[in-house]
Amino acid sequence: MTSRPVADQGFASLSARRLLVMGGIALIAAGMLLGDLFAVFVLHQNAARIGQHLLAATDAVAAEDPQAVLQNFTAIGARLENRGTKVDAHAHSIAFGYLALLLALAQPYFVMTESVRRRLAQLFLAGAVLLPVSVFLIHYVGLEYSPLESIGWASLAADFGGFLVIAACAGYGIGLVRQLRGGESADDPLLRDRSPSARLLLAGGTLLILAGFLHGGYYAAAHLLEHEQRESRILATLVERAAQKDTAAAHQAVADYGQLQGEKAVAIAAHSHIIEFGLLAILMAFLQPYVMLSARWKNRWAALLLIGSVVLPVFVLAELRFGLVAGGIADVGGLLVIVALLGMLAGVVRYTGSLDAGRTAS
Amino acid sequence: MNPSRRLLLGGGLALVLWAMSFGLWYALLVEHQTLERMGGALATGFAQAAERKMEDAHASLAAYAEAEFDYVRQVDVHSHWGGLAILLMLLGLAFDRVGFSERVRTVLAALLLSGSFLFPLGVLLQTVDPGVVPKLLGAAGAALVIFGLGAVAWGFARGEAAGR
Repeated sequence: MTSRPVADQGFASLSARRLLVMGGIALIAAGMLLGDLFAVFVLHQNAARIGQHLLAATDAVAAEDPQAVLQNFTAIGARLENRGTKVDAHAHSIAFGYLALLLALAQPYFVMTESVRRRLAQLFLAGAVLLPVSVFLIHYVGLEYSPLESIGWASLAADFGGFLVIAACAGYGIGLVRQLRGGESADDPLLRDRSPSARLLLAGGTLLILAGFLHGGYYAAAHLLEHEQRESRILATLVERAAQKDTAAAHQAVADYGQLQGEKAVAIAAHSHIIEFGLLAILMAFLQPYVMLSARWKNRWAALLLIGSVVLPVFVLAELRFGLVAGGIADVGGLLVIVALLGMLAGVVRYTGSLDAGRTAS
Repeated sequence: MNPSRRLLLGGGLALVLWAMSFGLWYALLVEHQTLERMGGALATGFAQAAERKMEDAHASLAAYAEAEFDYVRQVDVHSHWGGLAILLMLLGLAFDRVGFSERVRTVLAALLLSGSFLFPLGVLLQTVDPGVVPKLLGAAGAALVIFGLGAVAWGFARGEAAGR
């Protein structure tokens, strides 16, 4: 049986809520797709080239060639910027997607007219798209025609995007303050949904976030400082051995440095992804009444989203022990989440179509 | 709107605005300079080693480690404040489903809100004072959030009927 439109009030064509729901899911799906493509086609290749440049810089230290050292570090800087901006674009697109869904859910709590809500939603989405796209372009635009010494036009555009998002949130904040002052209760049928898929996503999401917090606490207490101290020791050993022309020991230090960067990266990626997927699951739990699919399919998409949410962080952590095989399985986990999200988005599109067709008929 | 939801929704929105303003300020005025300081110190350290100025090289590597220590924490603080704020607002929407009395829910909301602010603050303060107090503040904030979330998960499991 297919779910019927509920809570159609506030979900009219081009309403703030509809814009934010559709835009939010699209931002999350786009951010995750970028992350998956980056993980498959850029991440490891980029890391290997950084390793090669570090090795060349180490050899240049042994050869007493400071010019070659600096050339290699310039190349490493460019590679790090390439990686960092893509990770930032991925993370911000997804975070803004979550915030869009949250703002969509919270619409009844903002005391303001629908036209103001809609304009704030448009402002939010404009900033939420501009920031990650501009961050993605930072590496390619560089400092061309920039009036500033170290900040390029793409960075400035990204900062402007961030400002638009802040302005939209501040606008909604004023509406929320009005609601809090008025003390009225904002009733919303969306939040009353107790369907099996909603309960599954709510419980699963809370557990995922709790697991992510515990893992983060464990990492901070047991590994963070040790990793930082180990990095300092490795770098000191690296330059000492290279200066003594002990090439084998210097190369071993470069390998140790690469291993350490891998350990740090997988721990942080597992921690952030499990929490983000938990948030996503809770958000999607509330949006289940807008997913116009049979109960069986809603349950399937919910289960698939949770399975992917566990597979990705677990196999990212396993990458250190099992290498690229685990990395590949982690990518499949990310793909499962994307597929589940697109399945739910299809349900939302069906819902909006049904709502609009009903309005046209009446 | 009951006090626990008000606390979570109002506090969460204030925290997300704070997190974004911190991120904007950081991106505009601090991040690029910190990244240049990090990259410059590491490259200089290696170049000095190539010139066999080993004392200078170690000093540059120490400067790199110090800049990296600050950078990692400052970026973490931005993402944690923002992430926790979203979580607070999200929980605020569903807090009626937590199966405890309103009084207990208000205490839980207060614990979650204070932990969400204090935990990143403690991490940020470590860049100014590497002593014990900021570490304790960060650990206490994290413990409040973990305890609060565990209790909320238990409350969700009990269901709203149990809270009546």
